Amino acid sequence: MAYSDKVIDHYSNPKNVGTLDKASKSVGTGLVGAPECGDVMRLQIEVDEATGLITDAKFKTFGCGSAIASSSLATEWLKGKTIDEAVKIDNMDLVEELNLPPVKIHCSVLAEDAIKAAINDFRVKNGLAELVFEQSHV
Amino acid sequence: MLKLPIYLDHNSTTPMDPRVLEAMLPYFLENFGNAASRNHSFGWQAEEAVDYAREQIAQLIGADPKEIIFTSGATEGNNLGIKGVYEMYASKGNHIITCTTEHKAVLDTCKHLEKLGAEVTYLEVQPDGLVDLKQLEAAMKPTTILVAIMYANNEIGVIQPVKEIAAIAKKHGALYFSDAVQAVGKIPVNVIADGIDIMSFTAHKMYGPKGVGALYVRRKNPRVKVTAQIDGGGHERGMRSGTLNVPGIVGFGKAAEIARTDMAADTERVSKLRDKLENALKVIDETYVNGNPAHRLPHVSNISFKYVEGEGLMMGFNKDIALSSGSACTSASLEPSYVLKALGLGDDLAHSSLRFGLGRYTTEEQIDFTIKAVTDTVLKLREMSPLWEMFKEGIDIDAIQWAHH
Repeated sequence: MAYSDKVIDHYSNPKNVGTLDKASKSVGTGLVGAPECGDVMRLQIEVDEATGLITDAKFKTFGCGSAIASSSLATEWLKGKTIDEAVKIDNMDLVEELNLPPVKIHCSVLAEDAIKAAINDFRVKNGLAELVFEQSHV
Repeated sequence: MLKLPIYLDHNSTTPMDPRVLEAMLPYFLENFGNAASRNHSFGWQAEEAVDYAREQIAQLIGADPKEIIFTSGATEGNNLGIKGVYEMYASKGNHIITCTTEHKAVLDTCKHLEKLGAEVTYLEVQPDGLVDLKQLEAAMKPTTILVAIMYANNEIGVIQPVKEIAAIAKKHGALYFSDAVQAVGKIPVNVIADGIDIMSFTAHKMYGPKGVGALYVRRKNPRVKVTAQIDGGGHERGMRSGTLNVPGIVGFGKAAEIARTDMAADTERVSKLRDKLENALKVIDETYVNGNPAHRLPHVSNISFKYVEGEGLMMGFNKDIALSSGSACTSASLEPSYVLKALGLGDDLAHSSLRFGLGRYTTEEQIDFTIKAVTDTVLKLREMSPLWEMFKEGIDIDAIQWAHH
C-alpha cells in the first residue's frame, strides 16, 4: 500500500514533536491507544489562561506512518484554536486532508481521541467538568 | 554504485537466477510439447526434460526421482500432503499433530480437516521457536496418522529438530510431513537421513520460477500414498492430475542443481553478511533477535526494535529497502505476527519486528546501507515515541492501564 504524499511529508518532517510539562496547570495531556494495538499517541496542548487560546501543541507517537502523520497534523491544527474550536476537530477531516485509506481510519480516530483526552485533562486540572463525547467515526 | 531499492525479502520470494531463465527459454517456443503426449517427438522432448528435472530435484533432497510429484507450489503441496494423507489413511485414524507457528497453508488446511472430522493438536513452541519433543511425544495417540511440522520457519528462520520429530512419528506409527519451503535449496535437506515421509517445497524460494513446486512422497520404508486432490488424467502417478508446467519444471530442476552445487559457498557468504547486519543492529539499545540463534537458516534475521512500531519503522526506508515486518497495522484487527506471539513475545515486541531475508545477490554494500538506514530510523522514531520516553523515565509501561480500542 502506498502512502499519500502528505502522510510521507508529515512522517519525514513531523511538526511539533516533543513534550510539554504535564504537571503544569496550563497543559493538557492525552495519552491514547495501547502498545498491543500497535499505536500509542500522546498529544499535549498548552492553553493561554487570559485568551483561552491553544498556544502550543506537541505530540509523540508510537505507530505506523499514518498514526504519526495524523498526530502531527492534529498539533498543527490545534495551535491558535480555542478549546471550543479544538473540540470540533473531526477525525474525518484528518482522513480527508491526509488521504488515509479505509484501513488507516483508526489512526485518525486515535488522534481525535487524543485531542479530546488532552482537552479533558486540561479541564479537570482547572476545576471544570469532563466533556462527554460521542463515539468518533470508525 | 549502489543500486536501489535493495531486496531483503528473500523468504517471501527470490529473483530467478539467469541460468534458470536460460534453461527454461527453449521450452516456451520450440519445445512446447505436452509431457503426456506419447506419440510424437514434441511430447518425447518434453517428457525427457521433465524426467531430467525430476532427477535434478530428487538429487537435491536425496530422494528417488519417482518420489517427486510436481505441484503448482508449496501451498498446493501442503494441501495435497495433509489432506491426501487424511483421506488415504482414514481407516487408521483421524488425529494430526502440527504446531502453532506453521504457515497458514498448513494451519488452514488442518482447520479445514477439523470440520470434516479430524482431530488436530496444535503444539505450542518454546520461546526460541522450536517444538518441544517431550510435548510431541506426549501428544501422540494410537489414532495419530500424521505429524506436520515445518522444516524451517518463514518468519524467524528457526530450524526444527526434524530427525527427532521423524523418529517420534515413526515410533508411534504415524507419517511425518514437513513443509520445507524455506529450507530446501538453502541448507542440506536429505529425506532419507532426516526420516521425512512427505515434504513440500517450491521453486520460487530457490531462484526458480513461480508457479511450480513439488511434493516428495516416500516410496519405500514405508510406501506412502496420498489421495489426489485434483482429479483428471492421472498424471504424477495418479496423485496430481493436470498437464505439467514443462518450462517451470525445467527451471525448477536447474534451480535445484544450482542450489546443490553452490549451497556451501552461498551459505558461507550470506551467513557472514547476515551476522554483520545482526551484530551491527544489536548495538542499538533494547533490540532483540527472535528465534533460536544456533538452529537457524543462514540468511534470515528477525529483530524486534522495542518502542518503535514495525510498519512505521519500515516507512523510514521502504523506498530503498524491501523487507517485511511482523506487524500488520494494515488489517482492521491490528494483530501482530502470530508466529512472534507464539514465541511468547509481548505485543509490543511483536509489533516492533523486522524480518531481514538475505539472498544470493545480496552484497556487503547493500548491508552497510541497510545498517545505516535502519539504525537512523530507529533512533529517529524513538525520539518520537512516547513509550521510549516513558522507558527512559523508568515508567513501567506494562503497569499502565491502556484503553483498548
